Amino acid sequence: MMKKVLLLAAIALLAFALWPFVRDVGLAEPGELATAYLERGPAELGTANVVTSIVVSYRGFDTLGEVTVLFTATAGVGGLLARRKSGHGRKKAAERGATDASEILKTASRLLSPLLVLFGVYIFLHGHLTPGGGFQGGVIIATAVLIGLLADPEAGLAHGVMHLVEGLSGFAYVALGAVGLWFTGVQAGFLDPRFLPLGELGRLASAGAIPIIYSLVGLKVGAELTGILDAMKEDAE
Amino acid sequence: MSDVNIVTLIGVALLLVGFYGALSRPNVIKMIVGFAIADTGVNMIIVAVGYLPGRTAPILDSAADAANAARTMVDPIPQALVLTAIVIGLAVTALMLSFAVRMRRSGGGMAIDSYGEQKW
Amino acid sequence: MLDGRTTLDLVIGFLGLLMILAALWSVLSKRLLSSVLLSGAVSLLASLVFLALGAPDVAMTEAAIGSALTTMVFLYSLSRMKVEQDAHEDGGAS
Repeated sequence: MMKKVLLLAAIALLAFALWPFVRDVGLAEPGELATAYLERGPAELGTANVVTSIVVSYRGFDTLGEVTVLFTATAGVGGLLARRKSGHGRKKAAERGATDASEILKTASRLLSPLLVLFGVYIFLHGHLTPGGGFQGGVIIATAVLIGLLADPEAGLAHGVMHLVEGLSGFAYVALGAVGLWFTGVQAGFLDPRFLPLGELGRLASAGAIPIIYSLVGLKVGAELTGILDAMKEDAE
Repeated sequence: MSDVNIVTLIGVALLLVGFYGALSRPNVIKMIVGFAIADTGVNMIIVAVGYLPGRTAPILDSAADAANAARTMVDPIPQALVLTAIVIGLAVTALMLSFAVRMRRSGGGMAIDSYGEQKW
Repeated sequence: MLDGRTTLDLVIGFLGLLMILAALWSVLSKRLLSSVLLSGAVSLLASLVFLALGAPDVAMTEAAIGSALTTMVFLYSLSRMKVEQDAHEDGGAS
C-alpha cells in the first residue's frame, strides 16, 4: 500500500515537472542557431538534407561519441551473453521441438536479403540528398541479416568479416575526420568534409566527403546491430 | 485547449506510462518494456520542441530552395539529436535485456523481487 | 470546414490516443508476448507522428528500429529465458 502511494506521488511529481513542456509556447521562428544551419548548411557543405549536414559535420563530434556508445553497448551485450564452452543445459533446436523453416520462407529470405542490403546501401549513399543516412541504412542492413537469421537460425554469421568491417569503418571514420582537420586550411575543424570538392547541389557526388563519412557510419552501425542480434539469438550449438 | 501542445502532451503521457510500468511491474521484461516506452516518449518531446506549425521537413528540393529555407522549414537540430538517440536506445535496451538473461541464467526468477537478497 | 492545421492536429491526436492506449495495455497486460508486441506498436505509431511533424529522418529510424529490431531483440531474449528455465528444471529433476 505504502509502495503504491509513493509510486503515484513520484509519477505526479514527474508530471508536474514536465508541465512546462506541455504548455504551447507558440514559437513562430526557429532559434538563431537553427536559422544559421538552415541558411548556411546547403551553401557551405552542399547538402540538400540539412539534418545530415548537422549529424555528419556540424555536430560530427557528437555522432562520433554516439557511435562509441553504440560500440560499448554492443561489447557489453556480447560479453554478458558469451557462449558457454560446455553444452551444459543446452539442447539443439530440433530436440526442443522447434520445427524447421519451410522451403518457401528460406527461398524468399535468400531472395530478399541481398535486395535489402542493396536498399540499405542506397539509403546511406543518398543520405545528403534524401531522408535517411548512415543510421537508417545500417539498421536496414541489420534487418536484412535478421531475415536470414529468422529463416535459418543454424546458419553461422561470418564473424571475422563483421569485425573487420566494424573496425575498418570506425578507423576510416576517425581518419577522414582528421584529414578534414589538416586539409581545409585556416578555418578547418575535425570532421570538416570540405577537403573534397563540394560539387553541384543535388548530385550524388557532391557535398565533399559527407557521403563517404555517412557510408562508413552506416557500415559500422549495420555491423554493430548485427552483432547485437547475433549475440541475443539463442545459440544453436 | 489552444495553449496545450498536443504532441508534447502525448510524449509526456508516454513517458509517465513507461515510468509507471518500470516502477510498478515486478517482471523484469515488463520493466524493460516500460523503459522502452518512456524512451519513445522522450524522443517525441524532443522532436515536438523543434516543430513549428505549418513548416516542412528540413530537406531542400525544387519546391523549397535555400534562399527561404529559414522561413519554411522546421528546426533540424532536435531531429539530428533524436536520430542518434533512437539507435542508442536500441543498444541500451539490448544491454538491459542481456542483463536480464544473465540474471535468469544464474538461477533467479522472472520477478525482480526474487533478487532482493543477492549481493553481487 | 477544417483547415490543414486543424486536420493535422486531429490526426496526431488520434494517433496519440492510440499510442497511449497501446502503451497502457502493454504495461498492464498479464502476458509478456502481448506486452512486447504492443510496445512495438507504440513505436510504429510514433513513427507516423514523427512523419507528421516534418521529421522523415527520425520517422525512418523509429520505424526500422522501434518496431522491427527492438521487438526482435525482446523476442529473442524471451525465448532465451525460456530455454534457461527448461535447463534449470531439467537440472533439478535429474
